[in-house]
Amino acid sequence: MKEVNLKISENKPLTENVYKMTLDGDVSEIKKSGQFINIKIDGLFLRRPISVYDKENGKVTVIYKVVGEGTEKMSEMTAGKELNVLTGLGNGFDTSVSGSNPVVIGGGVGIPPMYLLAKELKAEGKQVTAILGFNRKSEIFAQAEFEKICDKVIVTTADGSFGIKGFVTDALDFEYTYTYCCGPLPMLKAVYEKTVTSGQYSFEERMGCGFGACMGCSCKTKYGNKRICKDGPVLVKEEIIW
Amino acid sequence: MKAADLRVTLCGTELDNPVIPASGTFGFGYEMSEIYDINVLGSIALKGTTKDARFGNPTPRIAECREGMINSVGLQNPGVEEVIKTELPRLRNVFRKKAIANISGFSIDEYAYCSSLFDREDSIGWLEINISCPNVHDGGMSFGVSESSAAEVTKAVKAVTSKPVFIKLSPNVTDIVSIAKACEAAGADGISLINTLLGMRIDLKTGKPVIANKMGGFSGRAIKPVAIRMVYQVYEAVKIPIIGMGGIATAEDVIEMMMAGATAVQVGAENLVNPYACPEIIADLPRVMKKYCITKLSDITGRAH
Repeated sequence: MKEVNLKISENKPLTENVYKMTLDGDVSEIKKSGQFINIKIDGLFLRRPISVYDKENGKVTVIYKVVGEGTEKMSEMTAGKELNVLTGLGNGFDTSVSGSNPVVIGGGVGIPPMYLLAKELKAEGKQVTAILGFNRKSEIFAQAEFEKICDKVIVTTADGSFGIKGFVTDALDFEYTYTYCCGPLPMLKAVYEKTVTSGQYSFEERMGCGFGACMGCSCKTKYGNKRICKDGPVLVKEEIIW
Repeated sequence: MKAADLRVTLCGTELDNPVIPASGTFGFGYEMSEIYDINVLGSIALKGTTKDARFGNPTPRIAECREGMINSVGLQNPGVEEVIKTELPRLRNVFRKKAIANISGFSIDEYAYCSSLFDREDSIGWLEINISCPNVHDGGMSFGVSESSAAEVTKAVKAVTSKPVFIKLSPNVTDIVSIAKACEAAGADGISLINTLLGMRIDLKTGKPVIANKMGGFSGRAIKPVAIRMVYQVYEAVKIPIIGMGGIATAEDVIEMMMAGATAVQVGAENLVNPYACPEIIADLPRVMKKYCITKLSDITGRAH
């Protein structure tokens, strides 16, 4: 964990209520995909944890959906503003166990962390298929970016307005060596049940601190109690208790 | 003007400064040594410990509030034996000072049992007996709401330990002064106050409480005036030292709490927002002391009276 001040270089809407924010500064503490940053927002007591979409030298990008007071305030911020941010939080994904043909599955605002993960897997020479699930065509974001780096990208929409009609699990009709997944709880569970491979699943919970001090976001696993913020947010399939 | 003297004495043991992270906001301490040297702290109040391991309450158990937060963690901990076997050695590796064990229970016997185990640990300097957890039904707070049960817990713990015993009181009572006096009469060596205020938030989208357990403990900057008032009242009524807490976030807050009557001060919710809150407050204390012409911090305890 490292506390840094990062400057907004871009903050723009991708869809009606999903925004992409790029922050410049010292992001050296962010080591892996699947980690998150915790942003202090003026006028709010608790920080807001947001998963990392992409990271380059001196630059981190997050994609977030406006769901409450914190993300609403974030959406109104403009370039140049400095934010106090805790970086490098959470365990992140382990790419070493993926085999040669992993599938990365994201649903809605669970999609962002899968982008940096796909980049890491590609850098390791793996064949990566991405499945991106949305409710409807108007909510699609980041498809083109995934297409630039993945070997194959499949989009599903619940209402059938784009791509495969249905859920991400309806697209799982091919061979793959490992599963990575992030999205709403019912989606995680559906993927867990449908996939035959091992995998890593990124969970969400309301957090107090984001760095393991308060035990606010604990969950039970087969390997004992874990804090989603510090021991997670990524859990391996074998330890998950639904 | 002489250099600022931050030392305070808590039941015969000198602390380098009065700043202590509050129980439940700092884990068992050692993980925070990854980001700074925790030996700058006066001491550390460890995560609340019970006889048996507990997962705590269902999630969500955190809610945002204006200038504060609600938690309903519910005393998650690995149980006293595991704490002593695993957590204390990890803390000892990185913390040279004595820590404060924080103990909760569901019966008088459990309080006594945990206290007797911590009594044997050299790394523990004080016991803080939590009779005020608002998040566990029939545990903790049920002992803190009446004079007789608060006294009973105090007596039982005092009987099994030679370490100084602080009783941590709840603000969710009609008359905190009478409970503090009952603890003192029963042999308590000090009083810690305040624990969190019972609170609730409702999600406008669902129309239901945000917290799974519906209610939780409200803490953070917003509660400071309540804490200052209660420390002031209890200081008037008892002779034993007070560890003051509730909404402490700055060096000015520490001084205000000490003027109200605290000998030492705990920082709680602020640690969760700013993990560097305690070392920043300690580093800033000399500046604020100078501003108010304070050379010896221990001189100001109770100055408001």
